[in-house]
Amino acid sequence: MANPKTSMQRRSFLKATAIVGGGLMINFSWLPSFGQINNNKTGLPEDWIEINGFIKITPDNVIKILNPNPDFGQNVMTSLPMIVAEELDADWKNVVVEMAPHNTKLGPQFTGGSNSVRMYWKPLREAGATARYMLMQAAAQNWNVPVEEITTKASILYHKKSGKSATYGSVATKAATLPVPKNVKLKDVNDFKIVGHSQENVEGLKIVTGASLFGMDYKQEGMQIAMIEHPPAFGKKLKSFDASETLKMPGITNVFSLKLYEDGFEQGGFDTRSFNDLLVVVGKTTWEVMNARKKLNAIWENAGDTKDTISGRSGKTEVVVPGTLESTSKQLEKMQEYASKPAQLLRKDGDPETAFKNAAQIIERTYTAPFLAHNCMEPMNFFAHVTDEKALLVGPLQAPGWIQPTLAKILNLPADKIEIQMTRMGGGFGRRAYGHYLTEAALISKKINAPVKLVYTREDDMTYGIYRPMYTATYRAALDANKNLIAFHVKGGGIPEHPVHANRFPAGAVENYLAEGWQISSNITIGAFRAPRSNFNAAAEQSFLDELAEAMGKDPIDFRLELLKKAKETPVGKNNDYNAERYAAVLQLVKEKSGWGKPENKKYSRGVAAYFCHNSYAAHVVDMVMKDGQPYVERVFSAIDCGIVINPDAATNMVQGAVVDGIGNAFYGGLTHIDGAVQQTNFHQYRMIRMNESPKKIDVSFVDNDIDPTGLGEPPFPPVFGAVANALYKLEGKRNYKQPFGVQLLTPRAF
Amino acid sequence: MITLNINKKTYDVDVDPETPLLWVLRDNLNLVGAKYGCGLAQCGACVVHLNGEAVRSCVTKVSRAVGQKVVTIEGLSEKGDHPLQKAWIELDVVQCGYCQAGQIMSAAVLLRENKNPTDADIDDAMAGNICRCGTYLRIRHAIKLAAENQRKGK
Repeated sequence: MANPKTSMQRRSFLKATAIVGGGLMINFSWLPSFGQINNNKTGLPEDWIEINGFIKITPDNVIKILNPNPDFGQNVMTSLPMIVAEELDADWKNVVVEMAPHNTKLGPQFTGGSNSVRMYWKPLREAGATARYMLMQAAAQNWNVPVEEITTKASILYHKKSGKSATYGSVATKAATLPVPKNVKLKDVNDFKIVGHSQENVEGLKIVTGASLFGMDYKQEGMQIAMIEHPPAFGKKLKSFDASETLKMPGITNVFSLKLYEDGFEQGGFDTRSFNDLLVVVGKTTWEVMNARKKLNAIWENAGDTKDTISGRSGKTEVVVPGTLESTSKQLEKMQEYASKPAQLLRKDGDPETAFKNAAQIIERTYTAPFLAHNCMEPMNFFAHVTDEKALLVGPLQAPGWIQPTLAKILNLPADKIEIQMTRMGGGFGRRAYGHYLTEAALISKKINAPVKLVYTREDDMTYGIYRPMYTATYRAALDANKNLIAFHVKGGGIPEHPVHANRFPAGAVENYLAEGWQISSNITIGAFRAPRSNFNAAAEQSFLDELAEAMGKDPIDFRLELLKKAKETPVGKNNDYNAERYAAVLQLVKEKSGWGKPENKKYSRGVAAYFCHNSYAAHVVDMVMKDGQPYVERVFSAIDCGIVINPDAATNMVQGAVVDGIGNAFYGGLTHIDGAVQQTNFHQYRMIRMNESPKKIDVSFVDNDIDPTGLGEPPFPPVFGAVANALYKLEGKRNYKQPFGVQLLTPRAF
Repeated sequence: MITLNINKKTYDVDVDPETPLLWVLRDNLNLVGAKYGCGLAQCGACVVHLNGEAVRSCVTKVSRAVGQKVVTIEGLSEKGDHPLQKAWIELDVVQCGYCQAGQIMSAAVLLRENKNPTDADIDDAMAGNICRCGTYLRIRHAIKLAAENQRKGK
């Protein structure tokens, strides 16, 4: 561990207070650098964000750790408290974990960007270590011995010389009266007893017994159910409606239209919403509202071009949202047209133009991928109870700190009068970083002056989304007469943003390099989707590198390793944002674990890919066969470098899940439009990977190192697409340039 | 008034007989273990047992459950110790957890009918349950572990 002492680069302070009725509570606040997730659209402040959490120790020796970040399946409810418990030397069996509510002092409490463990690693260690030291001091005073002679194990303090021992709980009240020590020594990584050792999900039993955990499950006395009827197509808006038939339906209490943002409202980076004029139906039960919606008589009209006011760090800008009713076929044509126009220069090394002119061979390939819907298993929903004085909101959400200022503005309430509680989330994948559905719920509650839960049906969730953008990229490589790679060019575009990460591999490994980007504006709303942009780049770039290796007569792993050797030893250009050594290490590890090139694996069509994103490195080897006449990924080998792994079995689960997610989206993922209307409305049309299509084995290996954790939710996902594409080529003998690689559903399946 | 037998208890509930069982469970009876995922019998998050058979409660009218025995995840075992629930915990199957009650309820019927399910049996029985987090491998292993434990009388 590079820095075993508490870090002073961070303005960090801890506060101890006694609990009424006895015990110690440690509050901690710190202001860590938040640079990593601070890229363009996040809307986060540039420099420091205050975060805070607490540990509670009660006299019965139960330790309660409040988990700051909401859990959407990445298991932070378990892994973050493990970090505290490790340094505290707590008995994990007697640790109780609770989800923290949103607290304005807690910062964004953001779940996303593979950020939770990375962000909390040091602060949570410091908090645990400090609490432990205070307990040791309290025991030392009680026993009148030097603090250095006190040892701890599983929530018990020991003084070996005198044979004395005491529980943490028994000295917690005294510890709370002591001044908070500074620079408490942290444990050596080799001494970890909890971190690095698999612990069961703390919510496992609740989940398998059907306990109320999710937003959909939340209920309050007098709560009504609301649903939103949104325009049937992007580019449409509400003209008029007749609700008389709906209001006659049983249980229906209210139908009204609602404007989400008034004209000129300054949207923050995560205030994206699909439609502004909404038709709301409120009633007593979910089914009654679902049913009554069918009786609505709404007239929709073309919205025409509209304006959004976006408030960013560079000030206020007005963005024109085109009113076109978009169709996928036209979008593809338009992308082709834009791809041939000049684009924005993103990076240039050497003289790529001359290199291409002098090339003996040029290989050029274009890749495209569709919009993707997040399709969280739990559709969007949120509870709201808004009064003139305050607002309570409860539900599933990834980033309470981003929506709270919006709610304060829209409800005209001070931020501290808005309480946001976070439930467990039935998936997130980026979708729940966009809190417009809280605003919708809050405005509905305000209007009806009652507690309400806004529920999206699956159809609402799928057709009213904040999708992964539609992307394309053309890759070009120049080879000399000896088949050496002399120039590399990527020109990427998308609707409505381009995907190119100009400083990523193979930038830095090729003498002449050019990266360009272009974008087409659209009224189809887009946002973060598990490893934004990377989830397309890894598919396209890793397929292209595979094809290049083949053209050069090289093994695809050796070819990548050669490029990475060059990037490490004689890097080209500046700002290469990856570590070539760590990148190469995951490729070497997956090569070894998969038995790459070994004759016993010949029966498989194998594809390899590797990628770096969100600070971590991932490589996969995908083994494909034909099953029932369809390509089937039977086995996958994955090698990951995400630094220290907190909870190995849960981390393995997450990588396995990312692999299945990647295979599913590579084969089946796709959202298309005709005249602005989404063509897939439910799982009978939007094909999701199922049990019989998921691999029999996913073998996950982590690089063993002492690097502070760098994040895991996203990095294993993108390279799956590339590895699948490359294996599919081996299986079918032809390259696939267009996602999805499989077929969508035509008719509902019967189960 | 409709009378239902759910998890060995009797409930009287005043709902339209056309209402899907799912919404009666969730909205009227506070049994929220069965989940809404699609409303179209495509995802399996809402699976409950009707006289021991797995049904998709989102498309099962409550009237169909009258005079029948309904079991939901809350009633699968008294202490959360059904062999599948234990295997799910032991193998740390869940990620977000939203689909898992439906997965377990589908698997419970398979396990009752087939004491030693193969991969193909599991594929067939579980193809109607979507897991967006991609925990299928662990679900498969957990079903096999539960079957093994059941055979051993654990």
